[in-house]
Amino acid sequence: MKKILLACALACAPALADESKITLKNAPAKDLVAASCGLCHSLDYIPMNSVFLDRKGWEASVNKMIKVMGAPIKDDEAPKIVDYLASQYGK
Amino acid sequence: MYSRRQFLRTTTGSLVMVGGAAWAGSVAFGASPAVDLGPKGLPSGTLESALLEALPGKAPLIKRSYRPPNFETPFSYFDNVITPNDVFFVRYHVANIPQVSAQDWRLSIGGEAVDKPFQLTFDQLKRDFDPVEITAVNQCSGNRRGLSDPHVAGVQWGYGAMGNAKWKGVRVRDILNKAGVKKEALEIVVDGADSAVLPGTPDFVKSVPIWKALDENSLIAYEMNGAPLPHWNGFPARLVLPGWTGTYWMKHVVSLNVVSQPFAGFWMKSAYRVPKGKFPLVDRFLSQETDANTPITEMVVNSLITNLRDGQRFAAGRVVTVQGISWDGGYGIRTVDVSVDEGKSWRPSELGADFGRFSFRQWRHVFTPERKGRYVVMAKAINRLGATQTFEYIFNPAGYHHNVVHRVGIEVA
Repeated sequence: MKKILLACALACAPALADESKITLKNAPAKDLVAASCGLCHSLDYIPMNSVFLDRKGWEASVNKMIKVMGAPIKDDEAPKIVDYLASQYGK
Repeated sequence: MYSRRQFLRTTTGSLVMVGGAAWAGSVAFGASPAVDLGPKGLPSGTLESALLEALPGKAPLIKRSYRPPNFETPFSYFDNVITPNDVFFVRYHVANIPQVSAQDWRLSIGGEAVDKPFQLTFDQLKRDFDPVEITAVNQCSGNRRGLSDPHVAGVQWGYGAMGNAKWKGVRVRDILNKAGVKKEALEIVVDGADSAVLPGTPDFVKSVPIWKALDENSLIAYEMNGAPLPHWNGFPARLVLPGWTGTYWMKHVVSLNVVSQPFAGFWMKSAYRVPKGKFPLVDRFLSQETDANTPITEMVVNSLITNLRDGQRFAAGRVVTVQGISWDGGYGIRTVDVSVDEGKSWRPSELGADFGRFSFRQWRHVFTPERKGRYVVMAKAINRLGATQTFEYIFNPAGYHHNVVHRVGIEVA
């Protein structure tokens, strides 16, 4: 994981500075969500895709990121991420 | 530090009134072209997280996502037939986007279905092949996804994930013929210089049926509206496939591989697919079809009213000009019908200059409202095949092909 984060720190260098302006809602697992999702894409993808996905919809998105996009999210982390997204950005 | 609202206020000025419209404008009273972060109907979180921001070398656009960058052209720019380079929309799938120099760039032509693989430098590309210029619409497959009912996950575009430009480049077929295309050629696999952050993420690679690649209008373009491609639009060269949606228009293109088997990458097999038989389209990508679905191909017939805003006020007894743009998958627009009574009656509009069948075609209609009150103006394009737009969205799981008739309500006082 550390290795991946380091790789990202280098590879993501051209990311735009203003990305830091995005704020996610405060709730349990927010930091986990920010770290897991923010590895590959900016966090504005989350509010942009709200409010219309239900828990099943967010679960499908998280599963796609893990299974198709190769997100390094551990088995015990995925439900916490889904809980956060469904409760804070779900319908 | 600016709040979002302050930011909008301070950048509004640069957006209002872009260039000169092709026709003289109408008399409007109290029109306030508010900064448009997207139409009503976009998800609430989409509108809240959007703002106007300029990528390096671009004018302020509607930010949908920072990384990968997805930036939409504000609506007011579509009142012109050509979309300027600095406001042309930006769409990426993966976030590592290198600055490619023309000096170092190479285009590799290969694959098992060519006789002689070779590489081109940028100078050779420009020097060794005949240049061609085509005006063509580049529209993201998911343009207007944010208006899908129900909403579906993805980049929540409003109207502006599209643009119309003069693309100058060389024919893909001239390049491929130099390599010698074997008769078993089925598809060309096209890759760009961008790549994903993680090794496990599928790289953005597309394939195109060989017949489309060999079409005389398919280009490797190196100029856009008379200037080099902006970085964010694919510098130094990109694929241009007039008529087909933007997913195939690979930016920073670095390789063309001619293959004899269907390409099995994620962005072909799983993404950019529409249910079979749901849309009245002609072009089919048969080698990629399954029983259930098929790759998206050409654009559906579409139009927009570009000079009126909801709630805009006009004086009774004075002429109102309605104008807009229309486009389709490259068959050409036959007519654009306009209604000023919410669809009860329709009149053909006057079409503007013809920049070719792949371009936006402007249209306009004038009428004089005598009655005071609200008028719902609508526009509906019909192409030369007789295909037209829908009044209700044809739902599909990925939110493609939105061509619901555009309507704008104006007030006459």
